Amino acid sequence: MSYNTWVVLIGVSLLGAAAGVVGTFAVLRGRALTGDALAHAALPGLCMAVAITGTRDLTIMLLGAFASGLLGVAVLAFLRRYTRVAEDAAVGIVLSVFFGAGVVLASRLQQQGNAAIAGLDSYILGKTAGITLNDIYQIGGLALINLVIVLALFRDFRLICFDPAFAIVQGRSVYWLDLLLMALMAATVVIGLPAVGVVMIAALLILPSAAARWWSDRLGTIVTLAGGFGIVMGTIGTLISDHYRGMPAGPVIVLIGVLIFALSAIVGPQHGWIARQWRQRQAKGATWTANG
Amino acid sequence: MSTPAVPILEVHDLTVSYHHKPVLWNIDLQLDEPSLIAILGPNGAGKSTLLKAMLGLLPIVSGRVDFFGQPLSRVRQRVGYVPQRESVDWEFPVNVRDVVVMGTYGRLKWYQRPGKAEYALVDECLDQVGLTSLADRQIGRLSGGQQQRTFLARALAQRADLYFMDEPMAGVDAATEQAIFSLLHILRKEGKTVVVVHHDLRTVETYFDRVILVNTHLIAAGSVEESFTTTNLQKAYGGRLALLDRAGDRLQSERPIR
Repeated sequence: MSYNTWVVLIGVSLLGAAAGVVGTFAVLRGRALTGDALAHAALPGLCMAVAITGTRDLTIMLLGAFASGLLGVAVLAFLRRYTRVAEDAAVGIVLSVFFGAGVVLASRLQQQGNAAIAGLDSYILGKTAGITLNDIYQIGGLALINLVIVLALFRDFRLICFDPAFAIVQGRSVYWLDLLLMALMAATVVIGLPAVGVVMIAALLILPSAAARWWSDRLGTIVTLAGGFGIVMGTIGTLISDHYRGMPAGPVIVLIGVLIFALSAIVGPQHGWIARQWRQRQAKGATWTANG
Repeated sequence: MSTPAVPILEVHDLTVSYHHKPVLWNIDLQLDEPSLIAILGPNGAGKSTLLKAMLGLLPIVSGRVDFFGQPLSRVRQRVGYVPQRESVDWEFPVNVRDVVVMGTYGRLKWYQRPGKAEYALVDECLDQVGLTSLADRQIGRLSGGQQQRTFLARALAQRADLYFMDEPMAGVDAATEQAIFSLLHILRKEGKTVVVVHHDLRTVETYFDRVILVNTHLIAAGSVEESFTTTNLQKAYGGRLALLDRAGDRLQSERPIR
């Protein structure tokens, strides 16, 4: 493999690991759907950044995506707090309205025929082929920073996910930790957009930890496995999508994730199908001897 | 230990509303001596609300709460908490020891890991509630009583002087209830104060020193002999308030539109 391919794979690995780890906490804190809304809400910001600057500089695009993603979350929080719209309905509204606006903006920009802004639709389903080395350095670097922050605050995040009231009594600021977790999730979503795309990035947050849950009852193990599954999804998905030119990376990555999830549901040593069958048989045997 | 001049707990003119429904009005309380205190009152009277409001878990409309003469933020390490068992997801991927270790976090900064001293303390607390053999079990695979004792062990690991416990006897078996009560008495012997939201009026006289009777207002607060009287109980549990409760329930049961 070429040097470029290696760099891309390492970058995507870091992205997958960060998404798996950040996603585990997001899911445990009940923020998985918020992540999906955030991802879809990032699209109009990304397009606006391109429209305003007229260039496709990744940093600027991601800043735009980050801003409008957070705006989407703010609208979500507003709907939840000040209206009688239920949470899942609010997620649906924010997700579709922002995404609709993003798609309209993207196709408007493409019609103008500016060469610099062609191919914006690759951010909808993700495409690793078009990413430059410089972009990958940025993506990988940011993913690494996210990963380090989450692991450094592992205990506090576990505490607020399990028992936020107890965390408050212990003097932890649940408000700031939640905000930080949200920011980390937003950052992970945004840097995942070029490779995985708006539509599929939430799955990269959710699937790894959902698969890991079959394997263990300890959060440390689950987080480690989720990071690993994220790496596998990212790298294999990227390789496949590169091999079959024109195949979008996001859906392939998600399909790999589903495969991992299904396998885990069967062979996962803690809650998987085989383990449960085995335990039931053991239990039956035990009752026989106990009664006999 | 604190000097007798400073009250252990002082609640001044506390008013709380919850989901736009006022639940507690003008609560005044003062605790001067270490003791076991039961908060009593009918369902929806605001017992748990009082506890949570004192601990800063619910926003208060007005009033002030002082612990050892200071606001909670300055004396957090001296205040322990046992939340209601239903308040957490017991399928959460942690084992019993993981949960009890959380009791030591109040003394640790975010960058500090629990060390040998903390884990030794955790083992001691597990032993005190009789959960040593279950330390590595996932918390969802415990009985209700064992789950409650896990929370108690976590509170013990806080090494506090003043404990707040929200319905620790709810839904536990007789053996666990007995174990909890003997633990409360050990704590009191060590000079600690325990405030317990309690629902079983039959056990009050046997186990508690003092009572706080609430029903949206403070009905009575004092020693069991003085305050746990038929007159006060009628005031707190009387039929007139059943109607108000129903009105409140109806308000709360309104669902958001979809």
